[in-house]
Amino acid sequence: MTLRVEVTRSDIQSQKMVQDAQRLGIHRLQACRTSKIYYLSDDLSTEQFDTLCAFLLADPVTEEVHRGESDSGEPNHSGVHVIEVALRPGVTDVAARELERGIVELGLPARRASTASRYELTGDLSSEDLHRLARQLLCNETIEHYALGIIPPQFDAVTTASNLVDAVPLIGMDDETLMKVSKERMLSLDLTEMQQIQAFYKVMGRHPTDVEMETLAQTWSEHCVHKTFKSRISYRVKATNGFTRRAFEIESLLKTYIQAATEKVKPDWLRSAFVDNAGIIAFDDDFDLAFKVETHNHPSALEPFGGANTGVGGVVRDIIGVSARPIANTNVLCFGPQNLPVDQVPAGMLHPQRIAEGVVDGIGDYGNKLGLPTVNGAVLYDRGYIGNPLVFCGCVGLLPVGSHPTEAQVNDRIVVLGGRTGRDGLHGATFSSAELTHETSELSGSAVQIGDPITEKGLIELIEAARDEQLYNAITDCGAGGLSSAIGEMGEKLGIDVELRDVPLKYPGLTPWEIWVSEAQERIVIAVPSSNLPRLRELAALWDVELSDVGFFSGTQVLTVRYDGEMVAEIPMEFLHDGLPGRQMFATYYEPNVEPNPTFSLNGTVEETLLRLLAHPNVASKEEIVRRYDHEVRGGTLVRPFVGPHMDGPSDAAVLKPLGTWHHKRAFVLSNGINPNIGRRDPYAMAVSVIDEAIRNLVAVGGDPDRVAILDNFCWGNPTLQDRLGTLVRTCQGCYDGAVAYNAPFISGKDSLYNEFNGNPIPGTLLISAIGLVPDMERTCTSNFKQAGNRIYLLGETKRELGGSLLFNQIGIDGGMPPTMPADPLTRYRLLHQAIQQGWVRACHDLSEGGLAVALSEMSLAGRLGAAVTLDGMGSADAAEITPVELLFSESNGRLLLEVAPEDAAQLEAHFAGTTLSLLGEVTDSGRITISSQNSTLVDLTVDAALTAWKRVNV
Amino acid sequence: MTKPSILILHASGTNRDAEAARACELAGGAPEIVHMNQMRSGERSFKEFDMLLLPGGFSYGDALGAGVRKALDLQVFFQDELREFVESGKRVLGICNGFQVLVKAGLLPGEEGKRQSAKGKNEAVSPRRVTLTHNASGHFECRWVHLAVEPGTKAGFLSGIDELIFCPVAHGEGNFQVKGEATLAALETNKLVALRYVDADGNRAAGHYPLNPNGSVADIAGICNERGNVLGFMPHPEDHILPIQNPLGGDRRLGLAIFKAMVRDA
Repeated sequence: MTLRVEVTRSDIQSQKMVQDAQRLGIHRLQACRTSKIYYLSDDLSTEQFDTLCAFLLADPVTEEVHRGESDSGEPNHSGVHVIEVALRPGVTDVAARELERGIVELGLPARRASTASRYELTGDLSSEDLHRLARQLLCNETIEHYALGIIPPQFDAVTTASNLVDAVPLIGMDDETLMKVSKERMLSLDLTEMQQIQAFYKVMGRHPTDVEMETLAQTWSEHCVHKTFKSRISYRVKATNGFTRRAFEIESLLKTYIQAATEKVKPDWLRSAFVDNAGIIAFDDDFDLAFKVETHNHPSALEPFGGANTGVGGVVRDIIGVSARPIANTNVLCFGPQNLPVDQVPAGMLHPQRIAEGVVDGIGDYGNKLGLPTVNGAVLYDRGYIGNPLVFCGCVGLLPVGSHPTEAQVNDRIVVLGGRTGRDGLHGATFSSAELTHETSELSGSAVQIGDPITEKGLIELIEAARDEQLYNAITDCGAGGLSSAIGEMGEKLGIDVELRDVPLKYPGLTPWEIWVSEAQERIVIAVPSSNLPRLRELAALWDVELSDVGFFSGTQVLTVRYDGEMVAEIPMEFLHDGLPGRQMFATYYEPNVEPNPTFSLNGTVEETLLRLLAHPNVASKEEIVRRYDHEVRGGTLVRPFVGPHMDGPSDAAVLKPLGTWHHKRAFVLSNGINPNIGRRDPYAMAVSVIDEAIRNLVAVGGDPDRVAILDNFCWGNPTLQDRLGTLVRTCQGCYDGAVAYNAPFISGKDSLYNEFNGNPIPGTLLISAIGLVPDMERTCTSNFKQAGNRIYLLGETKRELGGSLLFNQIGIDGGMPPTMPADPLTRYRLLHQAIQQGWVRACHDLSEGGLAVALSEMSLAGRLGAAVTLDGMGSADAAEITPVELLFSESNGRLLLEVAPEDAAQLEAHFAGTTLSLLGEVTDSGRITISSQNSTLVDLTVDAALTAWKRVNV
Repeated sequence: MTKPSILILHASGTNRDAEAARACELAGGAPEIVHMNQMRSGERSFKEFDMLLLPGGFSYGDALGAGVRKALDLQVFFQDELREFVESGKRVLGICNGFQVLVKAGLLPGEEGKRQSAKGKNEAVSPRRVTLTHNASGHFECRWVHLAVEPGTKAGFLSGIDELIFCPVAHGEGNFQVKGEATLAALETNKLVALRYVDADGNRAAGHYPLNPNGSVADIAGICNERGNVLGFMPHPEDHILPIQNPLGGDRRLGLAIFKAMVRDA
């Protein structure tokens, strides 16, 4: 008989639940009591039960235990309603696993375990209310199910192993049927690709197996080969009058723009770009740095916690996959407005606030449990992300120079390390489709999985040890396409022979193709000489990592996959990797029909406008989110997300000192740039602007502008539609020009396309992440004003560039000139870097959203010091026409504010001779921020008022 | 003088062990990170070491409550060795997850010392009266805090620390709570409180967030056992062992002081 245990926390607060219910329009919920439910597959004696509770299940100070079912919550029975929620079978349940292990460790009879949550709700609630509370607050049906009342236990299903392999009868099919097969099997192959496969098997004289079709579909997928970025594109620019202004052919976005920029810049400290799971640059004589940023958008939309959780896990494995030890995480998040009325949430979507909460928890959970500092990022809110949030996860790793082997050898064993394989993420997000039978979906886990960071932590430790002992010849992580992609890529030059029966499974019943393409998390594949296997097994046992030897590199140049000895796939590597037909795509960029220099008026005074911008969700403090991430672990975070005497002011970038390198002063810096609003106005301007933003942030904290590498992440709509692809092309053109102008090579990148909801694309979004070196960790700079009496300078020219600005966004103006590339930006950043190295710059902050007014206010509030400035001496290229309000809120690139002590002013001014450097005023102890122009006061507010607005205390 | 050897006990999910090792080294100790599996296999033993440090992290994912599973390991596999270690007067330090482990294993405050052993099922269970539970804010938080060594604490080796300690906390379950006022009174009377959350001037946080970052009763950040040789606390002094790590600048209030005190005269 099953044993059920309810454990209730006596101290839990139900207030949040009541508030969340009110937001849904359910006002009659008065209180909520939460319990954990544990089920064991067989009963225990009273004595055994007491032991279990005392050691594992219940905290004697804060928790109460109830054995068996308490109240089932029949409404008429007690006035208390019960909702119980459990994970679907196959979803990672670490608590159940640890309970099973703990029971054995305690010497009790082994039991299978599962867990659930119980909510006892007090209030006059209708059945409809309860279902809404369950669906919209308590349960995410992507990974969970619920019951009104007691939920029965579900232990992982036991079924028989399956060796089922189907032939896919391609030969002789007409085009229509080919496409039907592609759709039904969710292969995402287009007609040309299906025809290519058909032709190949015709020559072979047989039908492909389902394993082969899946292998080809995975290997040829957008995700794995980036078809759009590699395809040939016919590109046209259409003027507003409908005429074609320009038309030309592009060989491929990747070659023509992204890689071309890297080729052109190609510094000697660049170790590896675009060839591996992550880009690699030199750090010091002993170590290199690896950096990668990934997206996990669709999974995060469906299951925010799990999607973001596994997003972090995935990018960390990219870093492990280049033999590096992960040492820091970053993340950039784009959500819909948090105050979106519930009735405006599109059907099938979660509320943006629920998405944001889940994503933040998911990121924190994984990064914190891995012991990695999460140090840099951004959070944006925009209506364009209501139906499709963006979750960018980044990871940096450290590896000894030359320690990453990349050549598997013939007869090397193919070894899978880490988590077990289940039906997780089969066909990614399209999983829950009508074609799957009820039974399959019951057994299938889910398209989105919850991560298991502790298993990944073991992988980090094991791979570091195995790398240092040189036990493997090649390594790659299991990401999209699972084993088929990981092993298929490693063996591209050699050929592989794999036995799927040797892949350890979470539960039996997977068919061979499911094992082969499953995207189960926390797995790494390495190529190991047989002679090293015994030592590797010892290390794996030490670090509690499961190891399985699933085959070998054959030297046949053929991908051979078996199940229990039977051949289930046999594809020549040449066809698999080079058989994909080239793709021709079409793109059109429509020049926008907007007023370049519109006249506008503010809604209210300049002061009110400034306060509104400071409180804008995209500008305001993100402390509520960022403090949920550990940014101190590893002890190397030197410039943190928050700065100033109260450690709450905004920081431009993070400076980190890796453990193990404290014998010298070099450190590294992480920053980013993102601005979809400028992209709405002009995608080219967005690309240039976000590259500038990433680099000026990096220089602001002490980074060397001559040692910067950048990463691109494109999140776009459906690229087969010409207008979407048109803006993407234009963005890539900006990427090339930006990277070359700033001498910053792209070292890695990622595109996430098809981000649309009900036919509406997200705003095309380019994230630039930058990594650079800080020559001296003792010469960094923060944004908070340090001392009254110091001077305030503005570096750079201010132009009438309010197109896509936060101000225009706020007052609803579409036009305006977007920010352009500043003249000779690298020169000014070099000068600034030298000035910071000299110690002349006491504080430095970049101007971005909200322009000068917001940046100045942020420096004041961060330092709790006043500022008195005038705009009269401000350098502007458009001096004749530009108004004071435009000077305050323009978002021209290449600008930073500098705080300089009076005694250093002369040297600093001489140092910047020939560049635009304007003295604006000084830091004061008046407690006020005052900005004037031609003897009239534009802004006069207290630092407290600015701080209150920025912290959204009254919002 | 030989450096005291310090066992830093790693279990799956442990982190901050490398920083703890660095702090111990800088303080003059000879730390070594050893995996629980090496201890279980008998390859290494507690006897080899002068001190034990249980570092931070999320042992086994803390899936059944912070520190619970690692505490179970200690109680099941090393009950006798640990008791011997503690009774011999050797120092034991638990930081963050390590503190949670010491509390949940009944080693802190230790008055119920003889908890039921998994093997000796006949011994009476005396339930814990203190715990570390979910932060009052309901979620994980990372922020810098000030700590004061409690005057007269039984953890006498801390008494030489004459300034505040400034270092980060980074936890979700650091809220120190007790069962009943008598338990708290006993901790206070017996001087088992070792560290408290204070403001930058050393005044008690008085429960004010974020000075007291997690809602701990009586601003308790760390406690010790009756003998004073077992000490646990939530904050991370190992992340402030050099002035350059101080977000406010200056070269005082280093967390290193705790490690120096621990290593001194050990």
